Amino acid sequence: MALEIYLDLFSQPCRSVYIFAKKNNIPFEFKKISLLEGHQYGEDFGKINMMRKAPAIRDGDFCLAESVAIMQYLAEKFQTPAHWYPSDLQQRARVNEYLSWQHMAIRMHGSKIFWLRLLIPKIMGVEVPQDKMDAALEDLNGSLKLVEDKFLQDRPFIAGEQVSLADLVAIVEIMQPVGSGLDVFESRPRLAAWRERVRVAVGTELFDEAHKDILAAQEMVKNMDASKMQVFKPKILKLFL
Amino acid sequence: AAGRENMELYLDLHSQPCRSVYLLAKRTGIPFTFKSVDLSAGQQFGEDFGKVSVVRKVPAMKDGDFILTESVAILQYMVEKFPQLVPGHWYPSDLQRRALVNEFLSWQHTALRAHGSKVFWFRVGLPPLPRVAVPKEKMDSALEDLKQTMDLFQSKFLKDSSFIAGEEVSLADLVAIVEIMQPVGTGLDVFEGQPALSAWRERVKKVIGEELFDEAHQSIMNVDCLAKTFQDNGMLEFLKPRINKMFT
Repeated sequence: MALEIYLDLFSQPCRSVYIFAKKNNIPFEFKKISLLEGHQYGEDFGKINMMRKAPAIRDGDFCLAESVAIMQYLAEKFQTPAHWYPSDLQQRARVNEYLSWQHMAIRMHGSKIFWLRLLIPKIMGVEVPQDKMDAALEDLNGSLKLVEDKFLQDRPFIAGEQVSLADLVAIVEIMQPVGSGLDVFESRPRLAAWRERVRVAVGTELFDEAHKDILAAQEMVKNMDASKMQVFKPKILKLFL
Repeated sequence: AAGRENMELYLDLHSQPCRSVYLLAKRTGIPFTFKSVDLSAGQQFGEDFGKVSVVRKVPAMKDGDFILTESVAILQYMVEKFPQLVPGHWYPSDLQRRALVNEFLSWQHTALRAHGSKVFWFRVGLPPLPRVAVPKEKMDSALEDLKQTMDLFQSKFLKDSSFIAGEEVSLADLVAIVEIMQPVGTGLDVFEGQPALSAWRERVKKVIGEELFDEAHQSIMNVDCLAKTFQDNGMLEFLKPRINKMFT
């Protein structure tokens, strides 16, 4: 049975896994799921990943969730070029450090901005209070500053001279607030230059293809049926408001 | 090697990720110098520690000129650097077993760690959120989140195995146990009425060594005085906004 990868390209961690697999010509079956339509709550998907999240893979009878774990697995199994997950002790540590830090930093802050700017107004029918928006923006700016000042510094990529899983995971998360209409690169030339390097390293066509949906998010969300998304209300109230 | 400086580990054992790093190093005999960073005195915001880590968090590792943050990365680094000291089961080389460890190490950030920490702070009752001032629905919600996370931990990550990756302990169990012990330190016995979870805890404790485990958890099991310690150190006003951010 072919490797199955369950993906929704609106989701940042799905994009990193998708780009990684395609760039490395890993053969897989793209199993499309729509998170906003609630496919993750279906019975079938529950058998793949009981945590009800994407991405997830099924490789024979082995199921795995968590994009970082999935890419580490694929890198090892398919012996992808070493720069993706370097074997040098310190370079690998730099990659691992970023992959760990990002969960409760850029991922959390970028996701929040996307929800506050686009999804919450749509689902709840109200704009988010300005103080909450300002606080979320401050957090995002703080994370972006650390990406630039600590993780990149004057290096072309996070681990050094070549692109790695760290850059891939970083870029897909940073693209999320961009999809909500917030151009975080506009006032950050160093970050923009890094983005271009990553885009070229993975392949501009592949990068743009993977980000097509998220960059069309504003239009897409506008046309969504809010009544079908009410299942997210309790989560929104709990997490964001 | 003779003349080589020891690795420095910047730690405060009140912090879960500091405990996992400490436990692995001590258990496997990795030579290191314990550099204390007193979080209750705000030392992570001081000038000295700022030279070590701009992120202002513990744990941090300094190995010669090489500085590393993030406990998961530090644990992985130690395993890789000291193969003669750290048995392979801590981070198995088998593809699927390693994937199970990595899956847990990734998931735990926003699950066990996030919810365990939140319950910890709510129950410690640290000003500006003294325990009595935590709204009931927020406390209940935090406890419910922790319960759901613990249920998921058991049903997905432990299942019927002795340990997360199978029959041998790994970094995953180490990271799991220190996070679970955080709310326990406040007197919330998450193991009560959970025989499978308790059995797993005993297995992990046994591998680590009961004495070492208890030593590492000594400060967290005495958190009643934590609020007063912050107050005595004159840190409350300085830490207020930072603590506030954790709950909003």
